Amino acid sequence: MTDTLVQATDLHKHFGNNRAVDGVSLHIKPGEIYGLVGSDGAGKTTTMRLLVGALLPNKGEIHVCGYDVLKQTELARSQIGYLSQRFSMYEDLSVLENIRFFAEVRGLSQTEWLPRSMEILEFVGLADFKDRRAGQLSGGMKQKLGLASALVTRPRLLLLDEPTTGVDPVTRQDFWQLVIKLVSMSPSPSGRGVRGEGVSVLISTPYMDEASRCHRVGFMKLGKIIAEDTPSNLRARLNGRVLELRGNPINTLRRIAHQDEDVEDVAAFGDKLHLRVKENAVKKVISRLTKQIKSQNAELIELRPVPPTLEDVFIALSDI
Amino acid sequence: MTPIISVQNLTRKFGDFVAVDHINFEVHKGEIVGYLGPNGSGKTTTIRMLLGLLKPSDGKATVLGYDVFKQSEDIRARVGYMSQKFAIYDDLTTLENLTFYGGVYGINDKARIAHTLELVGLKGHESTLTRDMSTGWRQRLSLGIALVHKPKLLFLDEPTSGVDPTARRAFWDLIYELAEGGVTILVTTHYMDEAEYCERVGVMREGKLLAMDTPTNLKRTVITGDVWEVFAHPLERGLEILSAMPGVERVGLAGDHLRVISQRVGKEALQNLLSRKKIRVEKIERGEPTLEDVFLALAR
Repeated sequence: MTDTLVQATDLHKHFGNNRAVDGVSLHIKPGEIYGLVGSDGAGKTTTMRLLVGALLPNKGEIHVCGYDVLKQTELARSQIGYLSQRFSMYEDLSVLENIRFFAEVRGLSQTEWLPRSMEILEFVGLADFKDRRAGQLSGGMKQKLGLASALVTRPRLLLLDEPTTGVDPVTRQDFWQLVIKLVSMSPSPSGRGVRGEGVSVLISTPYMDEASRCHRVGFMKLGKIIAEDTPSNLRARLNGRVLELRGNPINTLRRIAHQDEDVEDVAAFGDKLHLRVKENAVKKVISRLTKQIKSQNAELIELRPVPPTLEDVFIALSDI
Repeated sequence: MTPIISVQNLTRKFGDFVAVDHINFEVHKGEIVGYLGPNGSGKTTTIRMLLGLLKPSDGKATVLGYDVFKQSEDIRARVGYMSQKFAIYDDLTTLENLTFYGGVYGINDKARIAHTLELVGLKGHESTLTRDMSTGWRQRLSLGIALVHKPKLLFLDEPTSGVDPTARRAFWDLIYELAEGGVTILVTTHYMDEAEYCERVGVMREGKLLAMDTPTNLKRTVITGDVWEVFAHPLERGLEILSAMPGVERVGLAGDHLRVISQRVGKEALQNLLSRKKIRVEKIERGEPTLEDVFLALAR
């Protein structure tokens, strides 16, 4: 038992001239939820495919649960559950039949698959729907079926590629509660369900509200991880440097903020502006802007320091 | 001033299923309004009715002063529509794509097309093949296509899905410029990150428009309690205890901490109860309400 479940070192994957993954190293601990955050084309999906051994790297080493993915591919894979972006299921098969299919493909025997499938369906909350055709499920339920299928082999590493695209916040909340329970070290209170000791989750997303739920986040850009830390530590990098400004007319406020020498960046967010200011300049900026806004006959509703968001941090990192 | 969009009791049924259920709202000139809801909540059905592509079962709507029932041709000639699913020809260049779609609208003026490319920040990239462009740039081209006939009203369907915050910001800066120039914008999305950029946001769920206001007001009026971020171990046990705590409106797991919303229960009360139950509390910090909190509170 090592204290690192995923150990990937200096991964490179090129497609022609495109360096899709350009020197990525990842170390994920048991019980950790790690978020790979970046835009389409940043290299998130390619990184996941390298980890499951579906693609061969041009360079680099990957160990999952101690197995070398390049040399012991099948052994490594047996430890991994993968929910891809385009998860497909058989719409005319029932929920249980779908899980059975995935279980049998992964080599589970007759005696194993049924109790395990029921346990997992119970865990994701689909037990009452086991006989329903997959095609009749709501979006959120389909997603849970996808998760259940990925869990049927009791993997120690779960890879989720943009799993909550297209679902509403209520469903997303449910989904995340499942993921967090899965990695949580304490057994479920009922003593039943899936025990999640040591399961790690690697999740990819372009959305900051998802990223903020992960234990640790790696910001990816052009095939590289440009920053990696816990969401709180990442936010702390900009502590005391983000101001929220509200008032009218917003375009005048924006222009005034832009002209201030200590304001590094002005971002419009609907009815408010977020200003990133130079270190230790908050007080100066507040007093200067307040005066400026008054002198230009604009209305100031509120100007105050706010806790930085992950979005503020991502943008600040991209500016460097 | 006549509203750009005016919707009264607009309803659409498909058999027994009520896709859009008596919704009412107005959008004024130069506004950027978000229409937030999950897939299947009735967003697209609403837009299709506003474009005159689908007949309402009940209610009234006007767009740019035209009746959606009777004058849908007039509406469609004056609005722009940008969708994720919009076809950009991969083996054509930016300029060729824009020229092609301009032609569809009867726009053959080269200066207009050049100006549109400049407007969306693609000047200098006229001869780039679109298949070689990043998602962010393709989104700008799609916006250009939606703008080439100078619409007064623009419908954007999840315009910045799949891009990182830097590309999203750059795109929204364009949108703010358009709005400043008098274009009205309606954005449908199920992403909170996108809704945060809108001046007003309508929240849709199961065919009903639950609320419409500025993000700031929504957070203030819907989330009347305080938000606390509780870092404690073990987390799951903490969740159970706080879920049962009187006065706590909502507790959720948020990665490595709990998010608690409550009007009456403060930091000390949370700390005391958890300590009494032998939960190790690392820290409790004040959090900011999010649009997601708003959605969850309204959906309850």
